[in-house]
Amino acid sequence: MKKITKYVLVDILRNKIVIGYTIFLFLISLSVFNLEDSSSKGLLSLLNIILIIVPLVSVIFSTIYIYNSAEFIELLVSQPLKRKQLWASLFTGLAGSLTFSFFIGIGIPVLLYAASATGYIMIIMGLLLTVIFVAIALLAAVIARDKAKGIGFAIFLWLYFSLLFDGLILFILFQFQEYPLEKFMVVAAALNPIDLSRIMVLLKMDTSALMGYTGAVFRDFFGSNTGFIIAVAILFSWVVTVFWLSLRRFQKKDL
Amino acid sequence: MKNIFYILAGLLITGITSHARTIRVGKQFQFHSIGQAIAAAVNGDTVLVENGLYREKNIVIGKSIVLIGNNFPVLDGEHQYEIISIKANYVTVKGFKIVHSGVSSLVDIAAIRIYGCHDVTISGNILEDTFFGIYSQSSFNCLIENNKLTATAKTEQESGNGIHCWKSDSLQIIGNNITGHRDGIYFEFVTNSVIWRNESHKNMRYGLHFMFSNNDSYISNVFRNNGAGVSVMFTHGVKMFNNYFEENWGDASYGIFLKEISDSYIIGNKFLRNTSGIFMEGASRILVEKNEFKDNGWAMKIQASCLDNVITKNNFEGNTFDVGTNGSLVLNSFDRNYWDKYDGYDLNKDKVGDIPYRPVSLYSMIVEKNPAAMMLYRSFMTSLLDRSEKILPTLTPENLKDNFPLMKPLHL
Repeated sequence: MKKITKYVLVDILRNKIVIGYTIFLFLISLSVFNLEDSSSKGLLSLLNIILIIVPLVSVIFSTIYIYNSAEFIELLVSQPLKRKQLWASLFTGLAGSLTFSFFIGIGIPVLLYAASATGYIMIIMGLLLTVIFVAIALLAAVIARDKAKGIGFAIFLWLYFSLLFDGLILFILFQFQEYPLEKFMVVAAALNPIDLSRIMVLLKMDTSALMGYTGAVFRDFFGSNTGFIIAVAILFSWVVTVFWLSLRRFQKKDL
Repeated sequence: MKNIFYILAGLLITGITSHARTIRVGKQFQFHSIGQAIAAAVNGDTVLVENGLYREKNIVIGKSIVLIGNNFPVLDGEHQYEIISIKANYVTVKGFKIVHSGVSSLVDIAAIRIYGCHDVTISGNILEDTFFGIYSQSSFNCLIENNKLTATAKTEQESGNGIHCWKSDSLQIIGNNITGHRDGIYFEFVTNSVIWRNESHKNMRYGLHFMFSNNDSYISNVFRNNGAGVSVMFTHGVKMFNNYFEENWGDASYGIFLKEISDSYIIGNKFLRNTSGIFMEGASRILVEKNEFKDNGWAMKIQASCLDNVITKNNFEGNTFDVGTNGSLVLNSFDRNYWDKYDGYDLNKDKVGDIPYRPVSLYSMIVEKNPAAMMLYRSFMTSLLDRSEKILPTLTPENLKDNFPLMKPLHL
């Protein structure tokens, strides 16, 4: 398993797209911090990148990578190797290399320019989002046999988590305005990794505005140290669940 | 000329003969109790109290004397009594540590209470665990300075106000430090007074509570982390200069809450990290100038009931929302402020942006209607909504805009 992981890791890290992605993130972070007057405004601009670009690149790149290495996978499956091991090492290799380039591209500039609580949370959330969306890509790739279909499915999932879900929540909020929705909102946040990580950053970034009533409910739940641990645990369970779903399908899949 | 000389000489002689005495109180002196010393004193005397613990129930000062504590003698109210009652003019109370006043829901028991007098000075005292701290009732021309008031009650019912002034005139409240009370400073029907350089923090309700008190000024005070911030209501002619309003957090907590205020000035203040910096309701003809609004949830919330207010030359930086409102009617002016969210341009380089800035974002209107929606803030969708609204305003008030937004922050 180690060998395959190592092979996948090195293969991806040498990939031009991943190198380009790393440089792109790095340049954007640098320019954001140098152009804005305050580091908090820079963090705000980076937040949008972390919540939109990072999941998108992770999900699309991983899906394409899996489809492109279909022959490699077929070859390895014919060897005396457990499918579980093979799939896990593919996942580790993808997640490892993409989190590495995220850390180089965004993590280091943030640590240099804005080493605050908000900055740390943003790095942690970005790393977790990368891993979650790699897992989602694996699931999409294993469900659809056709490459175009698989990539389409992956993009749809990304669109759902970053845009449609929020629209749905906003719709529900206004339809059920008369009801107390605070607890529902806490549950809803847990159902979308992008929302959950955004809220974790928000709790540090817009503290004053969030001290209102609804904010207080969230703050009690997610704002404390235990809340932070709960949120990270929820994000981890996203990784584990989605990966496990894809693994189950992969094990039964007729290649 | 000769007459004047005789009068002066006469005054001098009477001054010498009626020389004010100093009566000392303490274990080693003739008087062991302050009450006895005051009984023996005449107008103009000084009662000097040595360090020690004095349990004298209620001390009534009915003569114009100076009562001074040496090295903070402790006056203990044993959780039952009003400790000092001032019922004469020209009284000074200075340098005492006053603790454990009574608590009552029927009577406003205070540590020091001024009953309808004038020219009273209360200076440099330490008040701990008192119900009401310093209470001025129907008094005028009094000075309350450099006192330190600390209360420890847990609920609003069990606690009184720090400096409570009712129906008074020409008071000076200077350099006091107030914490843990219900309202730090409470003004009702107090006119022509000044509140200067006080620090009011961690009080249960308001740092400063102000009602029906016309033509007062409060200058260079710090109001931090109070339950509901500062409230100024039903008043006209208030001058608020160079104060700090910080960290007043909560849905109903404001840096300043202005209700039914008119003809007032808010100049040179700093509003930092409040849920709402200024909340205005029914306010009219107020000049808000040269203030700094930084890292607030809402820098200002202006209800549609406000009229003819001028908001100009302020800095708005790092606020989640700059301005919030509840209707489409706008009768106030917002010109010539600096907004850090302004993304317009300045082609003619006159340091004024060429296109107007709209400080009310669509999302602040949505949150106003549905506070739970705050949780979706800064998501992709809400930024899309805000963008499209900026290009084509539909929900946000059309007239609420800064026609001459500044490109650079002002030096405040």
